[in-house]
Amino acid sequence: MALERTEVEKIAHLARLGLSEADLPRTTETLNNILGLIDRMQAVDTTGIEPLAHPLETTQRLRADAVTETNQRDAYQAIAPAVEDGLYLVPRVIE
Amino acid sequence: MQWETVIGLEIHAQLATQSKIFSGSATTFGAEPNTQASLVDLGMPGTLPVLNAEAVRMACKFGLAIDAEIAPKNVFARKNYFYPDLPKGYQTSQMDHPIVGKGHLDITLEDGSTRRIGITRAHLEEDAGKSLHEDFHGMSGIDLNRAGTPLLEIVSEPDIRSAKEAVAYVKAIHALVRYLGICDGNMAEGSLRCDCNVSVRPKGQAEFGTRAEIKNVNSFRFIEKAINHEVQRQIELIEDGGKVIQETRLYDPNKDETRSMRSKEEANDYRYFPCPDLLPVVIEQSFLDEVRASLPELPVQKRERFEREFGLSAYDATVLAASREMADYFEQVNVTCGDAKLAANWVMGELSSLLNKEGLEIEQSPVSAAQLGGMILRIKDDTISGKIAKMVFEAMAAGEGSADEIIEQKGLKQVTDSGAIEAMLDEVLAANAEQVEQYRASDEAKRGKMFGFFVGQAMKASKGKANPGQVNQLLKKKLEG
Amino acid sequence: MHNLTLAEIARNLAEKRFSAEELTRTLLARIEQLDPQLNSFISVTEELAIAQAKAADARRAAGESGALLGAPIGHKDLFCTQGIRTSCGSKILDNFKAPYDATVVERLAAAGTVTLGKLNMDEFAMGSANESSYYGPVKNPWDLSRVPGGSSGGSAAAIAARLLPAATGTDTGGSIRQPAALTNLTGLKPTYGRVSRWGMVAYASSLDQGGPMARTAEDCALLLSAMAGFDAKDSTSVDQPLDDYLAALSQPLAGLRIGLPKEYFGAGLDPKIADAVMASVEELKKLGATVKDISLPNMQHAIPSYYVIAPAEASSNLSRFDGVRFGYRCENPVDLTDLYKRSRAEGFGDEVKRRIMVGTYALSAGYYDAYYLKAQKIRRLIKQDFVAAFEQVDVILGPTTPNLAWKLGEKNADPVSAYLEDIYTITANLAGIPGLSMPAGFIDGLPVGVQLLAPYFQEARLLNVAHQYQQVTDWHMRAPAGF
Repeated sequence: MALERTEVEKIAHLARLGLSEADLPRTTETLNNILGLIDRMQAVDTTGIEPLAHPLETTQRLRADAVTETNQRDAYQAIAPAVEDGLYLVPRVIE
Repeated sequence: MQWETVIGLEIHAQLATQSKIFSGSATTFGAEPNTQASLVDLGMPGTLPVLNAEAVRMACKFGLAIDAEIAPKNVFARKNYFYPDLPKGYQTSQMDHPIVGKGHLDITLEDGSTRRIGITRAHLEEDAGKSLHEDFHGMSGIDLNRAGTPLLEIVSEPDIRSAKEAVAYVKAIHALVRYLGICDGNMAEGSLRCDCNVSVRPKGQAEFGTRAEIKNVNSFRFIEKAINHEVQRQIELIEDGGKVIQETRLYDPNKDETRSMRSKEEANDYRYFPCPDLLPVVIEQSFLDEVRASLPELPVQKRERFEREFGLSAYDATVLAASREMADYFEQVNVTCGDAKLAANWVMGELSSLLNKEGLEIEQSPVSAAQLGGMILRIKDDTISGKIAKMVFEAMAAGEGSADEIIEQKGLKQVTDSGAIEAMLDEVLAANAEQVEQYRASDEAKRGKMFGFFVGQAMKASKGKANPGQVNQLLKKKLEG
Repeated sequence: MHNLTLAEIARNLAEKRFSAEELTRTLLARIEQLDPQLNSFISVTEELAIAQAKAADARRAAGESGALLGAPIGHKDLFCTQGIRTSCGSKILDNFKAPYDATVVERLAAAGTVTLGKLNMDEFAMGSANESSYYGPVKNPWDLSRVPGGSSGGSAAAIAARLLPAATGTDTGGSIRQPAALTNLTGLKPTYGRVSRWGMVAYASSLDQGGPMARTAEDCALLLSAMAGFDAKDSTSVDQPLDDYLAALSQPLAGLRIGLPKEYFGAGLDPKIADAVMASVEELKKLGATVKDISLPNMQHAIPSYYVIAPAEASSNLSRFDGVRFGYRCENPVDLTDLYKRSRAEGFGDEVKRRIMVGTYALSAGYYDAYYLKAQKIRRLIKQDFVAAFEQVDVILGPTTPNLAWKLGEKNADPVSAYLEDIYTITANLAGIPGLSMPAGFIDGLPVGVQLLAPYFQEARLLNVAHQYQQVTDWHMRAPAGF
């Protein structure tokens, strides 16, 4: 399944990765090489095989419902790119 | 053409846990921005989620209450999209394996009839933060206090056929989650939010029409208005030769209309996959048995019991069972006074109008159930009349004490001594000699009207304290001569 | 002093031959002098190191002892260290001072280790050559024109060059074992869930596992004893008691059943490496081990499966780097989309972007079943291969890598050729079993690594076999010229 440029543009947009016009051909080619490697999977017969999401197949442990965190806003926002009045600032969100 | 409306609802209920679904942050509403956002909630690199046991228990409670299948194994998945109020770039939710499967809920309509609404599924997920659009030099501010609050998303079947049914369904869910103690139901604070999927089709057609989704409607009234508006819009559109497009719309209560959310129109591809940081959640039968045993009496059961045990009408029983607090209050009044019908009348009458007028919830009532029950006792033992009782009730509402204290202080005890009543009546008749003359000269029909005048004068003279039955009887005797 | 292993340092400190502070200052001076040739450190934490060394000396003076009290180490730069840059080898986190410590960092600090610095790595652990770091490539001390392997290349180069005796690494597809092999070290990837991932910045969550890198198996055992164990903050952490890794080292190997999978010795393997591996088998036989030929029939499918699963998880894990709450943010974004797209395009390097795009594609509508689900099914086949094999043998042995350390830049043009280098290591990550690489000789002056694989939670066995082998060989003691 070779990717077209438009598909590469769509993937880059979904992943929110800026991609310049100049980079497109090379990126498309590299991705197609990788997909070529991946597509070798399709030859494997996996009929009746359950997917394996976690190697150990154990189950989720549950946490007691208790508040254990305290306000650390100043420390956490000290490393933020832009904050004001305790809020993280971003370009205006249009609804 | 006759049109039929088809509605399916997605209700997001914030679960009333102390801490968030995947972190130990508090979930208190209204805190200073980002003061309840921990490393996990902020999506800091290297942080990991651990699931809150109480969120699981609450979801199971809900599932059992709607007779749903609870999946023995449910799985969290990541829903991937970029948005500033979504710190990790994905929402941890459930997709293929939700915790609660198919169930149903019966709703009661205004005419007293009931309908069964199917519930497709209910799944656990984390809430997002909030974008504040006040002007920060053309920027938006992001508050992540809400991010990670546990949500139960309850998805109905497209079984609902009108805006009124939709409201009845949301009210029933609202009552249920509050009964179960799993959600505070505060719609103004966003604890319970509703997305409405609305479509129309010609009556008799089997296939559904194209639906539009109205996002985040946050009051019972707006749900009704938004759906009615949307139905009208779709019918007009189709009748004008247009086509409904599948899209997300927003209800504007100020303009009473829905409008397309253009920013969300862009086709999303959420790339769901099982969250590798969380393992499958296993629900043991023994755990479910224990949760089932802990379930409170549910609204439907309570309504049936009120009818059966107390002989209340279906309507009264439904109103009283609508909220757990209301039902508890009523039952306590009843226990105190031992008269379910009087208790029901007072709770649904005077008490409800007082609360409405003051804008209070029943748990904030200035008159306690014990006080109201105590007052009804005094009606029953003829210490006060129903009319005096209203005065006593007002005084209790004003914080003047118990019914007995108020009756004592204000001297409101009913006069039942016939000698005293006769003496008082003689004075009243003497003071109105002219009217007595007229009365005696009149025919039966006229007398009936005039009799009321004498009763009024007598009650006035006794300041309402004379036993009305005795007044009637003695007055009649005296006037007849 | 710089040639001492952790175990030797512990004895010297106990005997008060030198203090932790003296040792720390010696190594810091050595880093300053030699690291410019290697580029193995992203941050040298001199102040912290001196403070921790002094504290360790004080604890010892107060009567405390402990194998790691005063032991100098480094952390791969994706373990969060509070108040210290944790870059993950990426521009996007160049300004990121982590607001907390990883569990591994916290546990090692509590054991008294001294952190000399944060070590270079492939950007977000994506790479096998340590050439994708924003901070520049790391060089192999055995030949400065060659790569040290990756992604824990900084850890490997620094230990091999005797800048420090041991370090942490992480292994998602071989990132501990492969650089260990290419730089003559012992490196262990524990069972998935054995070492906490809290504070270890995720590449592929279901595959990532932290582990120790050092010159000897004994040192790996020392480090693992402090790093491993249950952590309530990591849902995938396993609540199971730790073995006594040190005590297990001295077990004799008589009767040990070693499996040699035929798929590990087929086409693509440098024949000279095959010879070195077989020589190590002969040594183990002398120690009493028996050998059996086995098969792992699905091994060949591991690379395509891995290059779907790892990028898919990575594409989601790396979405949080959006320029909003921490890390790099582009200049003057015109709108929200511009903020995301430029911050990420400018902040991530090429290999990271490639894998994010591959993963995004593999998860997207219409392709999920063909890619992601298919890969997860193959993952089960690979696990089943190991389960079956371990019914017949105690450990599996083979080469760690198909080739020796390659020249810097040699495989940059074609990412696929670099991916193929992971062929022997990634199966352990897909199955979640523990794996170890140990020095097993040299070819043309370049180190060769032998990989040992064991059933779940048998780290002690791997360390035991490697330790016994290291009692009768001295490959692991050899130092690169000039270091």
